[in-house]
Amino acid sequence: MIKRFTVLLLLSGLAAIFVSLALGYVPDASLNQSALYYAENTVSDTGAANIVTAIIVTYRGLDTLGEVTVLFLTAAIVGLVLTRGAKAGKGKPMMASGELLTTGAGLLVPLILLMGTYVFVNGHLTPGGGFQGGAILASGIMLVLLTDPMKEFSHRLISVIESVSGLTFITIGGLGILMGAGFLDNSLLPKGTLGELFSAGTIPLVYSLIGLKVGAEFSSMLVSLSETEGS
Amino acid sequence: MISFIAIGAGFGLILIGLYGALTNRNMLRMIVAFTVANTGVNLVLVAVGHMFGRTAPILDSTVPVAEAASRIIDPVPQALVLTAIVIGLGVTALMLAYVYRLHQTKHTLDIAKHTELKW
Repeated sequence: MIKRFTVLLLLSGLAAIFVSLALGYVPDASLNQSALYYAENTVSDTGAANIVTAIIVTYRGLDTLGEVTVLFLTAAIVGLVLTRGAKAGKGKPMMASGELLTTGAGLLVPLILLMGTYVFVNGHLTPGGGFQGGAILASGIMLVLLTDPMKEFSHRLISVIESVSGLTFITIGGLGILMGAGFLDNSLLPKGTLGELFSAGTIPLVYSLIGLKVGAEFSSMLVSLSETEGS
Repeated sequence: MISFIAIGAGFGLILIGLYGALTNRNMLRMIVAFTVANTGVNLVLVAVGHMFGRTAPILDSTVPVAEAASRIIDPVPQALVLTAIVIGLGVTALMLAYVYRLHQTKHTLDIAKHTELKW
């Protein structure tokens, strides 16, 4: 009882702060300075139509590298925590999945993978990008795991995809120092015309690599989590 | 107006999530509550970047480069939230993995039974 009272007291204090924040909030009428810079100069700097993608891949590319590293670390820790001593209960036969799920997965998984690829290849033109596309790829893997939780995925293949795309990402970033304006600069390739698939320099390439890497990391987390099934 | 609704909903989600995380004993429910609070934070951040009567920061034939400064909303909060969502997913996966290990040691999901770090 006293615990619940303390919790409610804490939350009502927080709620008071939130209410005063929300009441004092005045929406901006015009863009602030950094947003104005991005709005006016993104196309001439990078050639990308999607400004959010330009910020993530080029202006703040270093932060994205850090983010991908954090994600890699998470996938590694999940794998480490879950696989230690989890080999015991392997081989318990499970009931087969229903006909609908199996057939539906066979039909849908290739389409989901195609959709994920589309989303990250067009990250510089449309809403979407590497992180979203990678998550869609992993949702295809998730569907496969739902139909057959005992399916053995090759951890080796997943980690090869992940390391190759990560290394290529860093190599392209490093080439930016030698041939462009700095680390992760996108001017290695021509900027092209705004709105075409092959435009915006290295942004589509880098974002596709991020998509593959994120997809591989999410898949490895899912596979590690599903390998605990039945143990 | 719409940004006030979104900000209010976001703050509400944060409070609901924290309440759930503080009052539930079941660790899986605590994780779900944290995810709810996380969604609330993301919603508030996106709502702060929203500006009435403007469109998404993607340039094409309907939003030409010359008019971009007066037609698009702030892209920076959106980029931030994209990062926050991905990191939130990583944190959720980590929490699930730790809960699995904790369940293996004590065969219970009740956090009150895990007393090793209590003083």
